[in-house]
Amino acid sequence: MLQGYAVVGLYLLMSFALLGATLLLWWLLRPKKPNPLKLETYECGVQTVGDAWVQFRAQYYIFALIFVLFDVEAVFLFPWAVAYNQLGLYAVIEMALFLLLLLGGLLYAWRKGALEWV
Amino acid sequence: MEQIYDFIYNLLPYFGAWLRGLLQGWGFPEWAVALTIGLIKAFLLANFGLIGFAILTYVERKIVARFQDRLGPNLAGPYGILQPVADGIKLLTKEDTMPVGADRWVYNLAPLIIATCALAPLVVIPFGPGAIGADLNIGVLYALAVGAGALVGVLMAGWGSNNKYALLGAFRAVAQLISYEIPSVLSVVVVVMVAGTMSTVGIVLAQDIPYLFVLPLAALVFLMSGVAEVGRTPFDLLEAESEIVAGFHIEYSGMKFALVFLGEFVHALVVSALFAVLFLGGWRGPWLPPYLWTLIKMSLGIFLFFWLRATLPRIRIDQMLNLNWKFLTPLMILNLIGVALVDKGLRAAGATTGLWAVGMFAFNMAMLIGALALPGYLGHRARMAAMAPASEEEGEALEAAAAH
Repeated sequence: MLQGYAVVGLYLLMSFALLGATLLLWWLLRPKKPNPLKLETYECGVQTVGDAWVQFRAQYYIFALIFVLFDVEAVFLFPWAVAYNQLGLYAVIEMALFLLLLLGGLLYAWRKGALEWV
Repeated sequence: MEQIYDFIYNLLPYFGAWLRGLLQGWGFPEWAVALTIGLIKAFLLANFGLIGFAILTYVERKIVARFQDRLGPNLAGPYGILQPVADGIKLLTKEDTMPVGADRWVYNLAPLIIATCALAPLVVIPFGPGAIGADLNIGVLYALAVGAGALVGVLMAGWGSNNKYALLGAFRAVAQLISYEIPSVLSVVVVVMVAGTMSTVGIVLAQDIPYLFVLPLAALVFLMSGVAEVGRTPFDLLEAESEIVAGFHIEYSGMKFALVFLGEFVHALVVSALFAVLFLGGWRGPWLPPYLWTLIKMSLGIFLFFWLRATLPRIRIDQMLNLNWKFLTPLMILNLIGVALVDKGLRAAGATTGLWAVGMFAFNMAMLIGALALPGYLGHRARMAAMAPASEEEGEALEAAAAH
């Protein structure tokens, strides 16, 4: 098992190294003639006004919160799913109740308008 | 004849055994043999991803061209098959333009992170019995978790470019990708539940009947959310050319641009490979060798992606989020509960494998038809309700006009 993770680590290093090597090759081959016009921020034909690093809408934050909720749920679900074949009806119903509670939470967020894109 | 067939059929395991024997024959200690084999595996897998990317760019252009009644690339080499090489050379000799306001480190690291995270799940895709990078016992979870890491790269690219289009694209990407992670995970949970293991090899071995026929609803939802996670049409809001020009990778040129695209194509490859492993029975199939079956099943998924791109228009962001949060997520939660109960019920009733599969299929199809019929009915009612007062007002207006 540990050997498997070693292969995963080797693989990640290898793909990072190969991609880095292409970037290095590019650095060797590419022309380097910068001028101020080329290095401007892209905008449709006009000068960019202001910085892009601004405050943004809180809407994304709400979606992220709901996502975290469901992702944590997935963490609980995976061990249950692996052990499912050995579990009795009781554990299945318990997990169904847990999921229904979460579904209730989703419906609540829905009713509150958290899922509306405005 | 028999021997040749056997050799071709078991090519990958024979190659592994030959390599191991060769290295041991040279007097390598056990750890060095393992390390060398690991390195060779890693090299082959990474190159599978990179070469797959090169081939896919050509195949996509060719297939989409055929859908649109064009020839596609046909000048570089016979049938244009050297087009990826020409593209690669062109991208290698492009100048690097980093916008002045960009965050140097974040901007330059983002393509590398996107591409590496997209390549990472390939290591748990089995190409045949014994032909797998690493058979982790949490294989599916690993693939999902590492694949989602590309999201960080996307956000880095959008934020680091200091460009408004890029930032908008990155925000859209985050909203979309994290949303569709949920139905995707829930459909994988259903498969893990029925197979009883998270190892990709274990899931393939458990599929005496491909899960596409046992759990069609989960397969459909996995494919849909896979398309959304890769960010291809009809869910390509994160790089909508006509609105935000190219989204998060607008400021990238040359090889960095190629790495971002590599991320997208390899992600598509990985999603279709996972689809093949989870729902189509992986390497299993008659006559042909296992690695060919894996490739055939992967290309089926890929072809579906291209087909969707050639057929469907892009949808709006609110429609996309509604589809996920108000339809797919509740549906998949109910489906998970339903499949668990039906499976327990069928097993308690002592159903044979065939009967069990038929029962599961029937339940899934009933769920799918119900799920499609309910929003259709509700939408119809809403439209009728919206139409009724309008016609009344019109009637009043007509009466008023008649009175004058």
